[in-house]
Amino acid sequence: MTTSPSESKPLIEVTHLTTHYGSRQILNGISLTVNKGEVMVIMGGSGSGKSTLLRHLIGLEHPTGGCIKLLGQDIGNMTEHEMTQFYRKMGVAFQGGALFSSMTVGENIMLPLREHTKLDQKTMEIMVRLKLEVVNLAGFEYLMPSELSGGMLKRAAFARAVIMDPVLLFCDEPSAGLDPVVSSSLDELILRLRDALDMTIVVVTHELESAFRIADRITVLDKGDILTIGSVDEVRASDNKRIQDLLNRHFEEEILDPDAYLARLTGEPENTLSHA
Amino acid sequence: MLTSDRPLSPLLQKVEAVGRMTTKWVDSLGFGTALLYQSAFWLCLGGHRKQQVRLAPIVSQMMEVGIRALPIITLVSTTIGLMLAIQGIDALKDFGAEHQVTFGVALSVVREFAPLITGILIAGRSGSSFAARLSTMMINNEVDALRVMGINPVRFLVVPSLVSMMIMVPSLTLWADMVALLGAGIYITTDLGISMGTYIGQTIAYLGTEDVLHGLGKSFVFGILITLVGVINGSSVTGGAEGVGRVTTRAVVHSILAIILADLLIVFLLTR
Repeated sequence: MTTSPSESKPLIEVTHLTTHYGSRQILNGISLTVNKGEVMVIMGGSGSGKSTLLRHLIGLEHPTGGCIKLLGQDIGNMTEHEMTQFYRKMGVAFQGGALFSSMTVGENIMLPLREHTKLDQKTMEIMVRLKLEVVNLAGFEYLMPSELSGGMLKRAAFARAVIMDPVLLFCDEPSAGLDPVVSSSLDELILRLRDALDMTIVVVTHELESAFRIADRITVLDKGDILTIGSVDEVRASDNKRIQDLLNRHFEEEILDPDAYLARLTGEPENTLSHA
Repeated sequence: MLTSDRPLSPLLQKVEAVGRMTTKWVDSLGFGTALLYQSAFWLCLGGHRKQQVRLAPIVSQMMEVGIRALPIITLVSTTIGLMLAIQGIDALKDFGAEHQVTFGVALSVVREFAPLITGILIAGRSGSSFAARLSTMMINNEVDALRVMGINPVRFLVVPSLVSMMIMVPSLTLWADMVALLGAGIYITTDLGISMGTYIGQTIAYLGTEDVLHGLGKSFVFGILITLVGVINGSSVTGGAEGVGRVTTRAVVHSILAIILADLLIVFLLTR
């Protein structure tokens, strides 16, 4: 009997996550879980806090409050050494690829193996070719990252992210800036990785088509708050106005009080202007 | 609230700017110290943490920092040696003491000019390169990528540069000593009509081991300073390509300033 994603134990648990940049609150007490073998898409417009949430999930930023548990461990309480060890169980594909420009594609993908294992060169080369086959980049290992197209860079980044066969995979905007065909092929790749390697995947994106294609569940963020968490159908059927605006690509202008608008233009405090 | 949102007066704005700059400098100083400590940690205990510092990137950096800098170091040091000899003979001629020029040139080259010129050239060549490379990596999320691969960026990026600088800057200084003295020797032997053998004998007699070590010790400190200043500036990048240009320029200026101030401090402490 197979277990549906929703029945299995959560591998990612976020509880009351809050973060500020100076006096600006970015995430307002977010809570969510991601189950084993699930593709969770975090969706939202620009400035919704989705990339900040991802940076917190992968341990690159520390929250002001709340807790993040990955594989049952609170990453906020881990020492740097423990975190370094933990990173071997997860892979991250960054938006621009983040491949090292001084290394070939093959060297980039091989780097985690070289640093964390004692495998011989031949075995590592075989593993690199294997992952390149998975991402449809066979034969590209000797090229420099500057010689690859945007879509190829993202594929190579995926290959590097999965070279250690991680349990968790995080992807930042995998289809951003790509044409629909390449974008679709990357979505297929994410699903193939989930199925073939039994990974739990978190994808941050603002591309609706891509989100609907790959998601088991979708978390919709808006101004640091979660609007909804649900399946594709549940999100589509939501009667929340902000969600419908996002789905229908409708931009609603912010309605400002005239005094507040004038204060914003002049840079003077509001009460000074109204009494002038 | 203790502060108001109203704009400060011009005087208070200047005071605030000085305060901000002071905080920034203290912050950089603390960061530099932490970098040095972490580099020593990874160098000594990296193997214990199963993250040893690899030899290949150190050798590669040594090639870049040291071997590829040889032509410019040779050219500039020879020129400096020649200029010192010309100026020295001209100045000492007034006192009829031009035969003492070897003494003055030898000491000034070995104790001061060779380490200083080498340090400044390496700051311009490699310090800027560290800052540019690191800032570009920061902007492209490559440093974040290293972290999430479980690779410590200090161990992977800073330590190889630091070790290569600690080895190559003194080595280049030693080379600069020799070529500057040779350049000076060519002029002195021609102008004063003494043999090259006599000149070399005089130079060896005048120079003590402590003079050579004084210069090499300073260049060792310069190597550390150039790396740390490059890394501190590179990692403070904001913005895109413009930010990279800005931190690269700043790294060169700060490195040269750090070298000169450190030189002054060392000279003051060791020779007063």
